[in-house]
Amino acid sequence: MPVFECEGRMYEVDEDGFLQEPERWSQDVAKDFAQTEAIADLTDGHWKVINYIRNYYLQFGIAPMVRKLCKETGYKLNEIYQLFPSGPAKGACKLAGLPKPTGCV
Amino acid sequence: MDDASNGKPKTELLDQLEEGPWPSFVKEIKAASQGSEKATDLLRQLERSYEERKGHWKHGGMVGVLGYGGGVIGRYSDLPEEFPQVAHFHTMRVNHPAGWFYTSDALRTICDIWERHGSGMTNMHGSTGDIILLGTTTDQLEPTFQELAQNGFDLGGSGSAVRTPNCCVGMARCEWACFDTMKLCYDVTQAYQDELHRPAFAYKFKFKFAGCPNDCVASIARADLSVIGTWKDDIQVDDAEVANYAAAGVDIQKEVCDLCPTKTMGWDGKKLSIDNRECVHCMHCINVLPKALRPGKERGAVVLIGAKAPIMQGALLSSVLIPFVPAEELLDTLKELVKRIWDFWDEYGTNRERVGELIQRVGMPAFLDGIGLEPVPEMVAAPRDNPYIFFETKNGGAK
Repeated sequence: MPVFECEGRMYEVDEDGFLQEPERWSQDVAKDFAQTEAIADLTDGHWKVINYIRNYYLQFGIAPMVRKLCKETGYKLNEIYQLFPSGPAKGACKLAGLPKPTGCV
Repeated sequence: MDDASNGKPKTELLDQLEEGPWPSFVKEIKAASQGSEKATDLLRQLERSYEERKGHWKHGGMVGVLGYGGGVIGRYSDLPEEFPQVAHFHTMRVNHPAGWFYTSDALRTICDIWERHGSGMTNMHGSTGDIILLGTTTDQLEPTFQELAQNGFDLGGSGSAVRTPNCCVGMARCEWACFDTMKLCYDVTQAYQDELHRPAFAYKFKFKFAGCPNDCVASIARADLSVIGTWKDDIQVDDAEVANYAAAGVDIQKEVCDLCPTKTMGWDGKKLSIDNRECVHCMHCINVLPKALRPGKERGAVVLIGAKAPIMQGALLSSVLIPFVPAEELLDTLKELVKRIWDFWDEYGTNRERVGELIQRVGMPAFLDGIGLEPVPEMVAAPRDNPYIFFETKNGGAK
């Protein structure tokens, strides 16, 4: 299992860099992972998205659908990409400490 | 895995795939393995898969480039220690030019980029129509994307997004095209860049444009939204050319009239007659007598909805949504129609439900009501055979 290291803190991650121990998640963890997603500073906008995804995941056990995420946070999809350049699934879900969202390509 | 004594990977089972009359991907991968270690490990892993009757690619993967949510398909080997060169083997989809026209310079550019950043192996083209670049590592994705962009190429669609629109070669080479498929394909690609690169739907959505009912891109079987060229007036007949075909030995009665699905054609030995009201535009007669017959002059397209290949549920063919749109009105009509379809699908579609499956679930009447279209007889495959649909004459009596 790969390990992501940030200033001495070690996290077990999968091959795409998603946190493998969901119970370890905290805001500090999100800040550590932000560096891997080309995000310099986590703003209120970032936290709004991260917290929504995190709470949805804790309640329902899955990531919200993109459409619901946009509706509930009030951000258009391209605004979410401005906040999280690699997108809601790879970027925002990773910072929210979710396991890798499944999907079919 | 033990390699054969000549230093090449052992490929006993794969070798059998080269034996038949058809071109073989094994031959191509072997050729690539001359200069690519990735191709060599790919052969080794594939041979192992045939031995064990088990695929060795892990399911899924979440990789991409900045700003886009699609265009890259993550692939990882589940035997990375044994086959390190294919431990990461991601696929990139590159938006192809409409009609697949390239200069040789453009093809060389793509191949050169891919030899620097990936395995050098491509698939021209995948069933989506895209240029498929096979096999690279996560750290090479962004540099490849940047270099492709600098050379005028963009990534294609993947995941729950608009997939790269695809069309037949149309007016560029085919006299039967009833609208400019390449232009419409390009215009639609440009119009939906956001939806193509940033997945926002319940599942994939495919556009395919075919210039005539021959449907060379099989849009009726594969596209969520199929646009198929057709005509409204009469088939154009050149009697002299029909006579030439007959003189050259074509049995007009047997090969044309008798094979017409609605038996709408007659041949008296001199003149071909067509009752165009009964014609279902199957293209058979035009295909057999290309010099003598051609589609009518009032041209446009029929818009159909809901086809899909069997992934989640069974396969579906498209259903007619708009029987005829004049060629020059196609783009505007599609934009308005697609907006309404996506609104309805967004609202009622469940996760990973194609629009065709949604229509099956809620019923075509509810779907038509939802997108604000009136039902018309052309939407039914064979209206005159269906006892549950009653047509009335203009003065009110049963027909």
